[in-house]
Amino acid sequence: MTTREPPLEIGRPPRLDAAAKASGAEKFACDHYPPGVLWAGVKRAGLPHARLRGLDLAAARALPGVVAVLTATDVPGVNRQGVVLKDQPVLVADKARYVGDALALVLASDQETLARALRLIRADLEPLPGVFDPEEALKPGAPLVHEERPQGNLLLEGRVVTGQGAAALEDCPVVVEASYDLPRQEHAYLETENGWAQRGEDGRVTIVVSTQTPFRDRAEVAEVLGLEPGQVRIVAPYAGGAFGGKDGITVQSLLGLAALHAGGRPVKMWLEREESLLASSKRHPARLHYRLGADQEGRLQALAMRAVYDTGPYDHLGGAVLTLGLEHAAGPYRIAHVDLHGLAVYTNNPLSGAFRGFGVPQVAAAMEQAMDLLAGRLGLDPLELRRRNALRRGDINPVGVTLTGSTGLAACLEEVAAHRLWRGGQAWRKEAPPGRRRGLGLAAVMHGLGYGPIIPDVANAKIELTAEGVFRVYCGVVDMGQGNAGTCLQLAGMVLGQDLAGLELVLPDTDRTLPSGSASASRTTYVFANALLPAATALKERLLARGADAMFAASPAEMVLLPGRLKHLPSGRELDLKRLASLLDPAERTASHRYRAPVVPERPSPDPALQLHGLPHGVFSYAVHLARVEVDELTGLVRVCDYLVAADCGQVLNPQIWEQQMQGGVAQGLGYALLEDFPAPEGLPQCRDLSTYLIPTSLDLPEIKCLAVPTWEQSGPLGLKGCGEIGIDGPLPAVGNALAQALGRHLVEAPFTPERVLAALNQTEPSAS
Amino acid sequence: MVKIEFILNGRPKVVDAAPDRRVVDLLRQDLGLTGVKEACGAGECGACTILLDGLPRLSCLLLAAQLQGRQVLTIEGLASAQGPHPVQAAFAQAGAVQCGFCTPGMVLSSVALLERQARPSRQEIRQALAGNLCRCTGYHKIVDAVALAAGPGEDQA
Repeated sequence: MTTREPPLEIGRPPRLDAAAKASGAEKFACDHYPPGVLWAGVKRAGLPHARLRGLDLAAARALPGVVAVLTATDVPGVNRQGVVLKDQPVLVADKARYVGDALALVLASDQETLARALRLIRADLEPLPGVFDPEEALKPGAPLVHEERPQGNLLLEGRVVTGQGAAALEDCPVVVEASYDLPRQEHAYLETENGWAQRGEDGRVTIVVSTQTPFRDRAEVAEVLGLEPGQVRIVAPYAGGAFGGKDGITVQSLLGLAALHAGGRPVKMWLEREESLLASSKRHPARLHYRLGADQEGRLQALAMRAVYDTGPYDHLGGAVLTLGLEHAAGPYRIAHVDLHGLAVYTNNPLSGAFRGFGVPQVAAAMEQAMDLLAGRLGLDPLELRRRNALRRGDINPVGVTLTGSTGLAACLEEVAAHRLWRGGQAWRKEAPPGRRRGLGLAAVMHGLGYGPIIPDVANAKIELTAEGVFRVYCGVVDMGQGNAGTCLQLAGMVLGQDLAGLELVLPDTDRTLPSGSASASRTTYVFANALLPAATALKERLLARGADAMFAASPAEMVLLPGRLKHLPSGRELDLKRLASLLDPAERTASHRYRAPVVPERPSPDPALQLHGLPHGVFSYAVHLARVEVDELTGLVRVCDYLVAADCGQVLNPQIWEQQMQGGVAQGLGYALLEDFPAPEGLPQCRDLSTYLIPTSLDLPEIKCLAVPTWEQSGPLGLKGCGEIGIDGPLPAVGNALAQALGRHLVEAPFTPERVLAALNQTEPSAS
Repeated sequence: MVKIEFILNGRPKVVDAAPDRRVVDLLRQDLGLTGVKEACGAGECGACTILLDGLPRLSCLLLAAQLQGRQVLTIEGLASAQGPHPVQAAFAQAGAVQCGFCTPGMVLSSVALLERQARPSRQEIRQALAGNLCRCTGYHKIVDAVALAAGPGEDQA
């Protein structure tokens, strides 16, 4: 018997994908250069709103090395894409609705020829009056982004009213009111959108692509190409970051179309950073107005809020983003009377879409800063105000859902209350050096898991004992850096008693793995492990039973699976798994399991559109964020000195991976709070690179301390809930509240740049003259 | 096309290349060393970092002719027959790897740091890595990994 490692166990580092990534061996989608590969690229509109009168393609087509130049008329199927609403053309037929719209697709023998050909295309574009402010877009007579829509520029309007609604504010002894502006945020994953495609001799199109959604991509691409879904294969390697920005079509349809015109050669497309910034989706800019009322003891009574989300030219999940925002708009508190009103509006601004947090960071920013305004008005400690209102299990949440699952917010608050960073906070503030001011800020947040009541939240896991005696785990959900693929292997190894050598991983591939939905919505490990554990258990039981038969054992209970073998415990005899596999029919060597997440039986909002877009959720993670900041009075520069997040994500399977999710979410949230903005006056982006769109460097971020406050979520696999997004919901309001304490006034416009901080300082300082 | 001779990952290498071919393209496309990543093409992110005569350099800003007579180390040349380089092992162990796209450049910058300073403080590690962007980790565990690779020292704060 060869030497084997002990079976894998949950919770042990290192992450199973780390070594191959650290050695440079792991192949991302962009790392493939198949022999004879062609390069594809698109000519983009460059204008925010313009009628396409014609395209002069002659010079590009005449350039040696150009294989094809394609336009909207070359799209064989439906020239429309989109997840909920198919409102985005693959290639523009009549008019461009934002600067990033694709007009023509070029295939060339190499990158230089491609670049030259794209420059040679002359687009005859007639500029149209655009609409760049969502409030203006709703007014009668505003230019229409989609003329055919009877609702004009309104993509989705949602309203959730409970109790007496806004009228209850009149009975509140204390009411605070504020408006907030949240910026457009770019994902800035390091691996820009890319993939490669090839049409086989059988006519099938294979696309290897950096994506979060292989199965949905297959359906969309097939529809665009006029093919059956089975004629399209999507392969999703590890993605070099995604964060929601690869939730939906980026280059897939263009690559599929290119493959149809490549004469059977492979074709590659890889957006440069500038093009990625121009064309890719962003976090929705939002304008929020809040009126929050409480009684004298600080018990929240009523909230009326209005949110306007700028969705840009296309839906691109904008309706779903708004809806999740509405569901979280009142925060993790008991509030009997709410009126939550949201509008997602088309404009000719850059495209908005899914981004980690999915509409929640915007409302959390408003609600949590309003909570501190209220605490100030009441003369209450901000932590005490949150403690008095924190949702507990069994409560009805603000949108009317009874919380039947684990609800650990109160425990998170107590962890922070007891922590030295909070307890020692006032002393630390007083030690501020001359010319500096210090402040502490809190934010309490929640985040729903999964798709909501209508869209089936399904995962299908499959495990196979190969003829070689190795367990092949078919992972159906993309790993874009969270580590869920390795967690799948650990879970399978734990159940099946295998070490790493006894396991093989198959990353998402529509020809091999089973449909399991998107890597998004804090759902990945929750839904997939809920499918994987029963599949592994079923296969294990079958193997134990068949092994017991083969070894004349009295019962399967006498058998155990060990790395590479089956052991009969009473006698100590062993059976090699390769030999066991040879005794089985291939069909017996495979087990699969379908899991569909439960949905909330209550329907607090009768609006079918809100239900379709995901309202309500039943499983929530919770967190309390604490930021300690220092402001330089001369420069307005803000430094986050300390950061703490205490989070209830149910049980924590892998503490290291859990911390990675918290720290990564907080880091992006601190970028959102302090640095990141993607201004686009008149629809024209001002950031072309990573020196004008700034994301945090190693010098911009503090050490990020994470405290797990584990509850047991009964619906979760091994008690877990989602942890992918709760880290990004809190940093902006935590920093905002800390700044308010340091400056003596609230900033209502984010990010909190030195210019804005200085302006606030100048308003609070008495003038010297 | 010109003949360019250099040492690549410890071995002599002769290539025929356009003198103005970007080194990142030469390495990735012509020589198949795709551990060298490209994420901005403009010298802003550090993903394409290589070690040139032991110093971290951005291969998207270098041209092929500049390699003549130089020592080039990419992530693929870092491990030895005995296994991964201690910095690579520390990155995996400390949880410094998430999506992994910044990792090769981050590892090479860390190796260069530890070559010139065996026991850097956490702040010194942050300064040395400020040219390598990471969007996943928040850098905390990357700093942990470099400190782990450096081994126990005076700065254990």
